Formats: sequence, structure tokens, C-alpha cells
Amino acid sequence: MRSHFFLMVLFSSCVALVFSQLMRDKFEYQVRLGMLLWAGFVVAALFFAWLMYPMPL
Amino acid sequence: MVSVHSTTKMEEARHKKYDWLFVCALALFIPGSGHMWLGRRNPGLIFFGALSLMFFVGLWLQGTLFPFDFGQPLVVLAAFAELGMGGMYAFAVFMGIGDGSVVNPTHEHGNTFLIVSGLLNALVVLDVYDIVHGRK
Repeated sequence: MRSHFFLMVLFSSCVALVFSQLMRDKFEYQVRLGMLLWAGFVVAALFFAWLMYPMPL
Repeated sequence: MVSVHSTTKMEEARHKKYDWLFVCALALFIPGSGHMWLGRRNPGLIFFGALSLMFFVGLWLQGTLFPFDFGQPLVVLAAFAELGMGGMYAFAVFMGIGDGSVVNPTHEHGNTFLIVSGLLNALVVLDVYDIVHGRK
């Protein structure tokens, strides 16, 4: 349960859910924005993780 | 067709009906309760669920409820951000939880969850303010 990836996905899900409710009124637009935000968070995190992978800790 | 005059009357009636300060304070105290008070049950439940989950996951991950130490500007900013959770923040402080553990590997994750939950609830309060004033 303390997997960093799981926590990142949980964080992305919560933030995408809240923003989609705040910024759109119609259900279909909320779903579309929520999925877009969620995918953006996850893909961007994986991309930057991949970029930083060769860096020494 | 609604005339301008009757629209103004409706807005006045709405302002009287929903004292914006009360609704915003309610939304700050319990996330999502402002929307529920205004009859928007589904968004209210979603805000309550998502923000409460983030706050308690943050505490579970050993995040810190930052003190208002004005000698450290970043700590004060984090404290103000977490204060956005209002009632839950007060509850956690009252119960003595939220000391955090800097040696825990998930400490920074917990801080992120706590800070972002407070900031998102501040946005939710602003959304309530807009709804009460007829902007949404």
C-alpha cells in the first residue's frame, strides 16, 4: 500500500476528480476533463521519472 | 422570458436566503458541505470524499501539520495551505496527530497530500462563493 506509484495514482485521481467537478458542469465534460487530467499527471510523472532515472541519488 | 427586473429580484432573494459568509464558513469547516447546503449534492459528496481521503492518507503517511512558525516563511505557507482543510485540520490538531516523522520514507508524500488537500478545499470554498453570488 505504500508503493510510490500507487500513491501517485491515488493523488492524481483525487486531484483530477476535484478539478473536473470545479471546472465543468456537465457530466460528460467532467468525465473528459477528469480523464485528461489524470492521464496527464500519470504520463508526465512517468516521463520525468524516466528522464531522471540515470541520475545518481 | 425573465425580465431584468425579476432577475434582480431573484438574485436579491437568493442573497437573503443564503448568507454567503455562513455557507463559505460551512464549506471551509467540512469539505463539500457548502455545495450540499446549496443543493448540489453530488459535487458536495465528491469533494467530501476526495478531500477527506487525501487529508487522512496524508496523516497516515506521516505527513506533518506544520506550525505557524513565522521565522520560517515556507513552513508558514505550508501551514496556511493545510489550514484550508478547516474542521479536519482543527480536529487533527486537537487530537494531537500530525506530528509526522521525517525519517519515514513516505513523509514528503504525506506532506504533499496534506498541503494539496487544503489548497483544493480553498478552491472549493471560492466555488461556493461564486455559486452563492450567481456566477455559476
